Amino acid sequence: MSHFIDRRLNGKKKSTVNRQRFLKRYKTQLKRAVADAVNQRSITDLDSGEKVGIPSRDISEPVFHHGKGGIRDMVHPGNRDFLTGDQIRRPEGGGEGSGQGKAGQGGQGDDDFIFELSREEFMDLLFEDLALPNLVRNQLLGTTEFKSVRAGYATDGSPSNIDVVRSLKGAIARRTAIGAPWRTRIRELEAEIAVLLSSGVVEDDPRLCVLREEIDRLKTRIAALPFIDTFDLRYQSFVKQPEPTSKAVMVCIMDVSGSMDQARKNLAKRFFILLYLFLQRNYEKIDVVFIRHHTIAQEVDEQEFFYSRETGGTVVSSALNLAHDILRERYDPGIWNIYAAQASDGDNWDSDSSICRDILIDQLMPLMRYFAYVEITPRQHQSLWYSYQEVMAAHEHFAMQEIDGADDIFPVFRELFRRKEV
Amino acid sequence: MSKHLISDSSEWSFPLLERFDQEIARLAHGVYGLDTYANQIEVISSEQMIDAYSSVGLPINYQHWSFGKQFVATEQTYRRGQMGLAYEIVINSDPCIAYLMEENTLPMQALVIAHACYGHNSFFKGNYLFRTWTSADAIIDYLVFARKYIAQCEERYGQEEVELLLDSCHALMNHGVDRYKRPAPLSMAEEQRRQRERETYLQSQINDLWRTIPLVDETEDDQKSSRWPEEPQENLLYFIEKNAPLLEPWQREVVRIVRRISQYFYPQRQTQVMNEGWACFWHYTLMNDLYDEGLVSDGFMIEFLQSHTSVVFQPPFDAPYYNGINPYALGFAMMRDIRRICESPTAEDREWFPEIVGGDWKKVLDFAMRNFKDESFIAQYLSPALMREFHLFAVRDDDHQENLEVTAIHEEQGYRALRRALAEQYNLGSREPNIQVFNVDRRGDRSMTLRHFAHHRRPLGDSVDEMLRHLRRLWGFTVRLETVDDAGRVQLIGEL
Repeated sequence: MSHFIDRRLNGKKKSTVNRQRFLKRYKTQLKRAVADAVNQRSITDLDSGEKVGIPSRDISEPVFHHGKGGIRDMVHPGNRDFLTGDQIRRPEGGGEGSGQGKAGQGGQGDDDFIFELSREEFMDLLFEDLALPNLVRNQLLGTTEFKSVRAGYATDGSPSNIDVVRSLKGAIARRTAIGAPWRTRIRELEAEIAVLLSSGVVEDDPRLCVLREEIDRLKTRIAALPFIDTFDLRYQSFVKQPEPTSKAVMVCIMDVSGSMDQARKNLAKRFFILLYLFLQRNYEKIDVVFIRHHTIAQEVDEQEFFYSRETGGTVVSSALNLAHDILRERYDPGIWNIYAAQASDGDNWDSDSSICRDILIDQLMPLMRYFAYVEITPRQHQSLWYSYQEVMAAHEHFAMQEIDGADDIFPVFRELFRRKEV
Repeated sequence: MSKHLISDSSEWSFPLLERFDQEIARLAHGVYGLDTYANQIEVISSEQMIDAYSSVGLPINYQHWSFGKQFVATEQTYRRGQMGLAYEIVINSDPCIAYLMEENTLPMQALVIAHACYGHNSFFKGNYLFRTWTSADAIIDYLVFARKYIAQCEERYGQEEVELLLDSCHALMNHGVDRYKRPAPLSMAEEQRRQRERETYLQSQINDLWRTIPLVDETEDDQKSSRWPEEPQENLLYFIEKNAPLLEPWQREVVRIVRRISQYFYPQRQTQVMNEGWACFWHYTLMNDLYDEGLVSDGFMIEFLQSHTSVVFQPPFDAPYYNGINPYALGFAMMRDIRRICESPTAEDREWFPEIVGGDWKKVLDFAMRNFKDESFIAQYLSPALMREFHLFAVRDDDHQENLEVTAIHEEQGYRALRRALAEQYNLGSREPNIQVFNVDRRGDRSMTLRHFAHHRRPLGDSVDEMLRHLRRLWGFTVRLETVDDAGRVQLIGEL
C-alpha cells in the first residue's frame, strides 16, 4: 500500500520566485549593505557574490505576542537542588526566567539576517540607479548587424538544419499511429488461431490458412509503412534579429610618477575596476586601453599598468596625446562608444596643465561619451584641478571628483554616474 | 550473521526501501493494529528539502516573499553547517506524503519510514483534532486552488497589492480559527464553485455596515444591542472576511485562503508533544521488533539508537543549549510511561491511574492518541514517576516580586501543581494573547474595537503598532485596541 516516488530529478529551484520577491522587497536595505561591502572588499573578488546582512527587526513578520511582564508560570526540567518556596534571582536579559518561544524571538531581535547574493544580484544592486551618460547605440548606417536567434521548429528549411531527433520522434509516432489498427487486427486474428488450435483443428485446416494469410498481408502492410516521410521532417528554425552594435572602449589613464605610491594606485585600481564592471553590464564587447604616464606616456597591459613602478616627473599631456592617437588609429567614434577615466594625484608641470586643457577641449572631448577624472589626494589642489575645471565648464560630459580614501571610492563613483534627470 | 538480514550495507536502494516498508507495515498493521492512510514516499535531494521547508512544509503553496526569506535563511544555515536538515517532512494528506532525503543512510531511511509513514500517519488519521480541523483528502487540491487563485489576483490587481494584503493576513494568521465550530470539509472543485458564487453574491449583498435604509424597529433594536457583534469574536480573520466594509470580493477570497491554511495548521500547533511522542514511540518499538526478528544487524541498531537518543534527549534547564522542554523527549517518555503503567504498574501508579493499570497498552495508547491534545494529554497522563525522571520544577515569574519563586517541584505535595502548570504551558489559549473583536460602530465612523484580555497581567509585546497597521489595512476604518485586565479595567493601548 506504500508507493515510492523518486523525485530527485525534479526541479530544485521551486523557491526562486519567492527569493526574488524577498530581495525586491528589501532592496533599500540591501543596497546599503552592498555599498558597505564594496568598500570593505578587496579588488580582486569584487566580481563574485557577496554576503550581506539586513537587521532582522526590519524584516520581521509581526504577530500579536506577549510582552515582558505580568505573572508567568514555567516548568523546566533538570532540577537538582531547588525546593518549593525557593527564591531565585531574576536572570539578566531573557534567560530561563522569560520562558521559551517568545524569549527566543525577543532575544535574537537585533542580530543581522545574513545571506548570500549571487553575482548578478550583487551587481544589479551595486549599479542600480547608475546610468551611463550619453549612452548611444552607435551604428553605422546601412550596416546593421544581425543575430540569428532560435525560433523553435519549422516544417521546411534547408537540409542542413534538419533536427534528426525531432524528425525521428515524429516518424515513430506516425508509424505507431497508422499501424495501430492493423496491429490490433493481428492480435485478434492470432487469438482466433489460438482458439481454433486449442479446439483441436488440424494444422492445414482452410480456416487457419485464411487467418494466417490475412496476418501475413497485414504484416506486409505494416512493414511497408515508410520509415521516414517528408511529413515527419522538422527543421530548426532561426530568425534574424537586427542588432545595434554596442561596443565600448574604455581608456584608463593613470599617473605612475614617483608621487603615486602603491596605496594610491590601489585606490585608482578600484575605481577603474568599478568602471569596468559597470561598462560590462551595458555593453557586450568592451576594449580596455591602459595608458600610464610619468613624463612620457606608454600603452601597457593590465599587469604592468597596475603593478610596475616608475619614478620621475609628471607630464599629463603626454598621456592625453597618446590617447588621442590611439583613438584616431583604432577606435572610430562612429562605431565605438568611447569612455575614459583618468586617475592622478594632481601633480603636473605647471605649464603643462593649460596644454592638457586645450587638448581635452579641442581634441578629446568631441570623441568621448564621458570623461571622468578622479584626483587622489589629501592635499591642496594644484594647477591640473583648476585647468580641468575649465574643461568641465566647456563640456558637460566631463566630470571630476576627488577621492580621499577607500571609503570615498564608491560614493564618488555613484556621484559620477548618477542617473541624471533629463 | 543471520540469514534473515534484510541488508548488511548502509547504502539504500529502492528495492531495499520497499522491503523495509513491507516489514514495517506488517508489524504496524498486523501486530499493533495501527490505522494509517496509504503512504506516498518520495525521495528528494537536500536542496529540494530546503524548498519544502521554506513553504512551511507544504508541497505547493502560493508565492510570497516571506517564504523566500525562510528559504534564504534555511539555505544559509544549512550551508554553514549550523543546522542539519530534518530527516523527513510528512504531510497530513491522503495519501500521506513523506519526504525522505537522498543523503540518509539505510538505517535512517528505515527509521523515517517507521516514524513518519506509520507513526505520524496514524496520528493524522486518528487524532480528533486532525479529524475535525483538516481534510486530508482535499488539502493538496485546495493548495493548488489557492496558488492558482493568488497568481490570478496578482495578474489582475498587481503583485504589490496582493502582497500587502497577504502580509496583513499572515500577521493575523494565528487568529483565524474558530475554536469551537467545526469547519466544513475542503475540496477544490467545490471551493472554486463556491468562490465564484460567493463573489457575485457578496457584491450584491448589502453589507451590514453600509445599510442605510432604516429598519422599522430600529429604535427598539438600538436599545437592545448597543454593541455589534453581540458576542465578541475571536476569529479575527473570519470576522474581517465577512464584515470588512471596503474589501473587494477577491480580497475576501484571499483572506479566506490564508484563514483556511492556518486552520490546517491549527491541530499541529496543539499536538506537538503527542504527535512527535507517538511517532517516536512507534519507530522505537518497530525498529526493536525488526531487530528481535533478526531482520537487521547490530550495526544497524547502533546507528538507529544513536540518532534516536539524540532526538529524544532533554538537556537540563541550566545547559547552555537548553531551549525549553523537548517535545520529542517528553512525548516519547510519556508514551513509554503509559505502556509501563499498563504492563508493570507500581503502587503509586495504581493510586494515580486506576483506570489504565493492567489494561491492554495498545488500546490505552490508541485511546490517548485519538482523544487528547497536548494540554489535556499532559493533564491526564503525566505520572509522578516521569516528573521525577525529568526532575521537573515550576517557577513563577511575577514582575511585582523581586525574585522568581519555585512554586512546585517533583515531590509528593508538588505533583498536581506541577502537572497543572505544565499542561497550562501547552494551552494555546494562554500561550497566545486572547484578542477579540469587541465592537464595531456601525452607525458612526465604522471603527472597530478589539479587546485584549490580559490574563495574569501579561501585556502585549512591542508589535502592537505594526499589528494595528495591518488591521487597519484590512478593516479600512479606524481600529482601536483595548486591554482588559483581570479586574475588568479597560485601557486603550492603541488606535489607528
